[in-house]
Amino acid sequence: MPFIPHTPDDVRAMLAALDAPTLAALFDEIPPALPIGELPGLPEALNELQVSRLLEGRAADYPRPLCFLGAGAYEHHLPAAVWDIVGRGEFYSAYTPYQPEASQGTLQVLYEYQSMMAGLTGLAVSNASLYDGGSALAEALLMAVRANRKSKSKRVLVPHSLHPFYRRTVQAIVHNQDLELVELAYDPAGGHTPLAALAPHAGQDFAALVIPQPNFFGVLEEVDALTDWAHQQNALAVAVVNPTALAILKPPGQWGKTGADIACGDGQPLGAPLSSGGPYFGFLCCRQDLVRQMPGRLVGRTVDLDGKSGFTLTLQAREQHIRRSKATSNICTNQGLMVTAATLYLSLLGPHGLEQVATACHANTRALVERLTRVTGVSRAFDRPVFHEAVLNLPCPVGEVLDGLLARGILGGFDLSGEYPELGNALLICATETREENDLQQYAEALAAVI
Amino acid sequence: MSSNIPSDLHYTESHEWVRVHDDGTVTVGITDHAQHLLGDLVFVEIPEVGRAVDAAEACAVVESVKAASDIYSPLEGVIVEINEALADSPELINEDPYGEGWIFRLKTTAALDGLLDAVAYEAIAAADDEDEASLANPKLID
Repeated sequence: MPFIPHTPDDVRAMLAALDAPTLAALFDEIPPALPIGELPGLPEALNELQVSRLLEGRAADYPRPLCFLGAGAYEHHLPAAVWDIVGRGEFYSAYTPYQPEASQGTLQVLYEYQSMMAGLTGLAVSNASLYDGGSALAEALLMAVRANRKSKSKRVLVPHSLHPFYRRTVQAIVHNQDLELVELAYDPAGGHTPLAALAPHAGQDFAALVIPQPNFFGVLEEVDALTDWAHQQNALAVAVVNPTALAILKPPGQWGKTGADIACGDGQPLGAPLSSGGPYFGFLCCRQDLVRQMPGRLVGRTVDLDGKSGFTLTLQAREQHIRRSKATSNICTNQGLMVTAATLYLSLLGPHGLEQVATACHANTRALVERLTRVTGVSRAFDRPVFHEAVLNLPCPVGEVLDGLLARGILGGFDLSGEYPELGNALLICATETREENDLQQYAEALAAVI
Repeated sequence: MSSNIPSDLHYTESHEWVRVHDDGTVTVGITDHAQHLLGDLVFVEIPEVGRAVDAAEACAVVESVKAASDIYSPLEGVIVEINEALADSPELINEDPYGEGWIFRLKTTAALDGLLDAVAYEAIAAADDEDEASLANPKLID
């Protein structure tokens, strides 16, 4: 679907049809006092060459540091073909198109994306994506509260080990819909959510339990036990997962005896560059019987009148244009461009490639932890297994250490002392498959020097 | 379009029908007129047994290929039985709206005064048909 802008002739023809002398005349109902007219203080315009030189000069002031920062967004190698193909005009839109069935290629990409996400999570259904991981979790919880017919409650149990930004995003989205988020303490030795933290809530009425895997500390939760506990309490199990990790960890659809009910998370690790925090995309998958409570667009495969295979938006009675105020969400937009990148990324890597990425991330993080904890005064904060992040205890304030590392060209990790002051001088580190042996060595030497 | 409106039932303006039994319960469904307007039904969300509902409370949803509509309880009461067959066969409502397509049974002590009889409901359905006809064939205005 190439985008073709209006030519001056098109504009003249449309103005003539409207009997309007100029484009500006279309806006003449705006009181003249309101338009600002001109922006004062702007420098002289530069041409493209001058702008390029200016920005290249500025970029040189900010060399790309060696990144050991994760905390929800992860640097991965993106095959060059991913963004080369995403940039084609046919794909270059953030939206599912209006008159969607005219764009069979876009719908096919979304259908394949949904198929791959359903495969990764082990659940029957995936939507065509949401904005980001935090808002996907908010939608998952609203969905769980609507879908849980065994519970009238709007309470949801949320581990303190869940990403703090997700907790705040969810709170911002759901608090006006009367959902109550009840926090669960993590185990100070393991960094996971123990069944003991759940025990006080046994027998109470609540709609869902959130289960992050891995959690914000990188630690693996006891997902089978947590899922089964939730189901014993007539609550839904809502998984928040790293999609890369799913290549080597048990998919949510297989957690416990009957599997998690809903899985969501941030899709950034699948093809989206870090790019200063976005755009990323959220994914949301669920059991077949919950599909009518699912928000967002869904693409299905069908046949036309001649029996030819084709793709179509389906189950639209959930959406605002049909269901109005009772739609499953006030947001049905998806992140089409990021999802296209994810589809290409997953296609190019394949299941084996993604497994290699996940395994390399895990091995690099273990190697990094091993090296850094050889530095005097540095130790692991938690003793349980991790995926590709880990928490370290430092002998001095983390902020100063990170400043010292950055001066040596290293983005050292995420300072946990603001979000988790009880952990003391705690640093969250990450090493993806992009880090090499000498990167790890460089970090270890710099850390020893800074401390 | 003329639709089937049995004279032994009670009706609501929102197109539910009510059949009164002598054991203090009533059966509720949607009218032939309503199923015709909705078109082929693809899904029915039925309420859970034991749920207490107010009169005019939305307690079920019917979804067709072109719309989704709430079903309102015609009376205050408690839902004592649901039509489980609709989960797999929503088309029963299209095929037999006053029989196999019933939606739920309500235990109620509420008076039936607020409900319509067949004659009153027929007038509402007829007015709907005129609206629908005018929407389908809008008059051109110069």
